[in-house]
Amino acid sequence: MSTQLEDPGLHVQAESNGHRSLPPMKPGALRWNDFAIFFGAAASSLSLVWLVYERLAPTAGALGFLICWVATFLLVYWIVIREVDGPLVATDKLVAVGIGIIAVGLLVPLVSILVYIIYQGLHALTVHFFLKDMTGIAPDAPATTGGASHAIVGSLEQVGIALIISVPIGITAAVYMNEVRGQMTRPVRTFVNAMSGVPSIVAGLFIYATWLLTFHHSFSGFAAALALSILMLPTVARTSEEVLRLVPDGLREASLALGSPEWRTTWSVVLPTARSGLVTAVILGMARAVGETAPLIMTSFGTQTMNANPFSGAQQSLPLFVWQQYQLGGGAVGTPSFLRAFTGAFALIMVVLVLFVIARLIGRSKFTAR
Amino acid sequence: MLLIKPPARGPGTESGEPPPVDATPGAAPASSDALGPRSISRNRTRADRIYRGLSLAGGMITFVVLFLIGLFLVIRSAAAIRVAGLRFFTTAAWPPFLTEHSQFGIAAIVYYTVEIALIALVIAVPVSIATALFIAEYAPRHIRRPLTSLVDLLAAVPSLIYGLWGFFYLQPRMIGVSAWLNAHLGFIPIFKVTEPLFRSSPFIAGVVVSLMVVPISTSVMREVFSQTPQGEKEAALALGGTRWGMIRKVVLPFGVGGMIGGSMLGLGRALGETIAVAIIISPVLVISPHILQSGGNSVAAWIALRFSESTGGLPLSALMAAGLTLFLLTLVVNVIASFIVSRSRSGSGIEI
Repeated sequence: MSTQLEDPGLHVQAESNGHRSLPPMKPGALRWNDFAIFFGAAASSLSLVWLVYERLAPTAGALGFLICWVATFLLVYWIVIREVDGPLVATDKLVAVGIGIIAVGLLVPLVSILVYIIYQGLHALTVHFFLKDMTGIAPDAPATTGGASHAIVGSLEQVGIALIISVPIGITAAVYMNEVRGQMTRPVRTFVNAMSGVPSIVAGLFIYATWLLTFHHSFSGFAAALALSILMLPTVARTSEEVLRLVPDGLREASLALGSPEWRTTWSVVLPTARSGLVTAVILGMARAVGETAPLIMTSFGTQTMNANPFSGAQQSLPLFVWQQYQLGGGAVGTPSFLRAFTGAFALIMVVLVLFVIARLIGRSKFTAR
Repeated sequence: MLLIKPPARGPGTESGEPPPVDATPGAAPASSDALGPRSISRNRTRADRIYRGLSLAGGMITFVVLFLIGLFLVIRSAAAIRVAGLRFFTTAAWPPFLTEHSQFGIAAIVYYTVEIALIALVIAVPVSIATALFIAEYAPRHIRRPLTSLVDLLAAVPSLIYGLWGFFYLQPRMIGVSAWLNAHLGFIPIFKVTEPLFRSSPFIAGVVVSLMVVPISTSVMREVFSQTPQGEKEAALALGGTRWGMIRKVVLPFGVGGMIGGSMLGLGRALGETIAVAIIISPVLVISPHILQSGGNSVAAWIALRFSESTGGLPLSALMAAGLTLFLLTLVVNVIASFIVSRSRSGSGIEI
């Protein structure tokens, strides 16, 4: 709001027309009656739905009530603005409010998931969960007995091995797509896109068909890591390529102009410049891999006891632990298996959240800012 | 002009040197060579050739893995395909103990997979378009990044967590909505039910899967919308258009390729969704059009649920054949999606 426009001529003209002199207004600025109409429409539609809802839809519950309220609100809002400002403005504002409600409404399930999992997960969370395994624990023993230390160890090892396999390959593929730019750049990009669409269960079946059936290995954490690296590779490659694209061309040109060969430019200039972004890419890949369940069913199989050796024998991991406890519980609420499953889910979502926040914090540097 | 690399860095910008200014049109190549700028030739060192070869190998590993996945699934599914033949794709049955003489096929399973994916898309596409528009056009500048992060966080939540939440928290609350839809819109065939069991329905599974689809399609659409030329937007506003008029006439037509491609990427994700669907649905093998009715299926969930009982020989081979079908289905959907995005006007500078 600029108050510098104290043109005396303007005042004279305005007063001579018999209007009050208004301060200059920004075209998009909100007036007080915008808020009045918004909250008025919200309140009136709320009371209308409150009155009618039980007669119209007695069974649909709170969710149905919310949906009806939003729909009625949009209708009332549109009618009121149509009366005040005309149909063109009414449609414009209706769309703006509708889009805003949907976008903000998307946060409702996110918050609901986080709150629900944390709430249920805290019931049976004790320090034993991190220290003990499930050896000799009956499914109906209290949920505070036993723990998931074997699953935590397994998850760490499997994701770690998957990182060691997929990060070098993924970054190399990204370097090819963005730095080398040979004839195969477009095909490679298509392959990476196609690979990122491979369903996780198919990755598991593939490892089962090759590593276990064709090469006759047993279930192991390493097989699970192989399946996970198939799922991580495209994530790492695509995110890294986006990051490499943000490295200014001037740096590459300066390095080449100083006479360094291409590999040296990539190794000593491009990759170090994009370091924080590459770390983000790796962490996002980890966040994807750590929660995958389906491929583990057919590769690491799961076990009740601690197996710290990823190369031999079935191994447990956090998502698999949750899945198996859920299956033991059979969908009933409040059983020890249910509580164990939710404690595992709580640990899992905490890991994902922490990884995600770390990725965002690192990714905030200037080269990854959009 | 003397840059070693072309400065324009989009795909398909292998633009040649501009023609020499003083070359007459239609002149013989030999003479234009003599007049034009000296062409730059480079002999790469051996280290550089190794570097290029190695990175190409890194890129081609993706192709090799895709090829091997297809190859091994074909080899392992051969036994089942030999027994069932093409009827594998038209039979809606899968007995508990498969033998050489049993009738089995994935018709019902694929039917429900597609049904759940379509329900998810019907919900997710409008929500994605609205969210992408909100982030790109409506939201104040300083909340765009946090909002994008939150949508990305929705993508980072594991499928397993969605499944548990959907089964234990959302399902009891959705039953009322299902019952209402059935009571008031029951004259539409898909909302009919034969018996009032609303748990574990394709509809509830579709709603949960739609939450997993939204972040994927939103991120593609947001990228596309934010590429809309500022000049065209300002022109629409300057001609007196409202914000919605500008979006309808400029932003949406510009981003139509991205909207279609983003939706198809979401479809690919929805088709391959495993654990969440496995937790929510109760598997059936009878094709029924009633989406609110208990009972559904999905290829991925079927494989996950049946794997432990399908050891060795024919049962396993049949699961491999189902996996092969799913792999090919998602591959086709994803390749078409990235093709549409990269060929559209808006998506030419975007990688999905």
